[in-house]
Amino acid sequence: MSYSDKVLDHYENPRNVGSFAKDEPNVGTGIVGAPECGDVMKLQLKISEEGVIEDARFKTFGCGSAIASSSYVTELIKGKTIDEAYAIKNTHIVEELNLPPVKIHCSVLAEDAIKAAVSDWKQRKAGGREGEKKAV
Amino acid sequence: MTRLVYMDNHATTPVDPRVLEAMLPYFTEQFGNAASRNHAFGWAAEAAADRAREQIATLINAKAKEIIFTSGATESDNLALKGVVEFYKEKGNHIITVPTEHKAILDTCKALERKGLAQVTYLPIDEFGVVDPDDVRKAITDKTILISIMHANNEIGTVQPLHEIGKLAKEKGILFHTDATQGVGKLPVDVEAMGIDLMSFSGHKIYGPKGIGALYVRARNPRVRLSPQMDGGGHERGMRSGTLNVTGIVGLGKACELAGELMVSETERILRMREKLRKKITSALDEVYLNGHPIQRLPGNLNLSFAFVEGESLLMGLKDIAVSSGSACTSATLEPSYVLHALGIGDDLAHTSIRFGLGRFNTDEEVEYVSDRVIREVTRLRDMSPLYEMAKEGVDLKNFNWARD
Repeated sequence: MSYSDKVLDHYENPRNVGSFAKDEPNVGTGIVGAPECGDVMKLQLKISEEGVIEDARFKTFGCGSAIASSSYVTELIKGKTIDEAYAIKNTHIVEELNLPPVKIHCSVLAEDAIKAAVSDWKQRKAGGREGEKKAV
Repeated sequence: MTRLVYMDNHATTPVDPRVLEAMLPYFTEQFGNAASRNHAFGWAAEAAADRAREQIATLINAKAKEIIFTSGATESDNLALKGVVEFYKEKGNHIITVPTEHKAILDTCKALERKGLAQVTYLPIDEFGVVDPDDVRKAITDKTILISIMHANNEIGTVQPLHEIGKLAKEKGILFHTDATQGVGKLPVDVEAMGIDLMSFSGHKIYGPKGIGALYVRARNPRVRLSPQMDGGGHERGMRSGTLNVTGIVGLGKACELAGELMVSETERILRMREKLRKKITSALDEVYLNGHPIQRLPGNLNLSFAFVEGESLLMGLKDIAVSSGSACTSATLEPSYVLHALGIGDDLAHTSIRFGLGRFNTDEEVEYVSDRVIREVTRLRDMSPLYEMAKEGVDLKNFNWARD
């Protein structure tokens, strides 16, 4: 399998790798995928009171395209409102990274990770400490 | 080092220059058809094929006339299984094999089952991929006509107890076939001592050319019969029609001769390099698991699972190193390795497996380089892996509530 230059660049120089402290109240965490499926993405978003994404971090277990998709998403999402983030479609990631058909699921996972992270933030914001058990 | 390192010798091997040298005259000067009985070109080609038969037979303790040339081990496997099933259909229709066989066996078995020509028993194997000869014994019925169990596995290198199985087959009067594609030329093979009746192997796994293989077919005690799967000029004792691939045959012959001469020293050297690779990697990294048998395995095979690091992403990081992975992402089917699955290894670990295949032309310098690169890339990818982080935090990954799609 040959990779696009953009996938290679994100794989070799991933942006925003890492984790935020899990108990920070303004952090939303999304973990999607499963080890036996070969892909797990963890996306964390630092979101302001006004619902603007100020910072993002990711960690991904998966193929190069999965790593690139999540790395790209952390760049794409910074500065966006949660509504804008929620509207990001996987097809945008596919086009940006030139993912081949067999790798489309990587982009779907990245889209799911955004939605999971935003939902987690919303839940934590609404439920106070309740939501914390969801973050790892 | 900026050059590419080839460490995928189970997939294929380069042609040894000595093999190529032996082959060359048969392309341009001695180009005759071995079946041309009435002129010197034909005689020279036939003599070359016969010499190769001797070289091959010597390596496996067979007789020259028991070597049937084919296009490769896949064809040999097809010919052995389909040929036996068709010829011995009055006697029975039951085949015994194992789920870790190469697809050339498994898919042939499936085709025979689908057509209603055979019933196949797939025996269980242990966690290392070894079949218990006692299970073979128990699976035998009065309909059993063939036991087909591979010599050494292409993914995990596990070597099967062929002596015991061969002995058992002899006792019961059942034919014993082995796909020895990975074993011939690497490990001692003696068709007499091992009680083998049919054996598949090929040129390109032993530093010979691609497109040539052989099927050993026992000529006496018992004389094994096969229904040919290709009709034509009746070459190869009527078992495999088609003009002989004389250059390929000469190459396979020379490759077998070299393998026999070099086996002892080569095994020692390759085993030492493999153990160096294994020890360097496992002493620097935690959570690395060996797949396959720790001792009863091909000298050049090292199959490791690097927990929490997906195999394809690791291969991507090792792009100047040719190895292969049991990860789904590297296969056409998007399923992780069926061999690792058969061993009871979970899909989570199967996705993280890498097969290193050391061979004749690998060097100590390459082993140093590969182990350093593997250690660096695995460390980098684990720093990026949510699973590694979670495991270090004590999260139970097996029982975590994953959001599966």
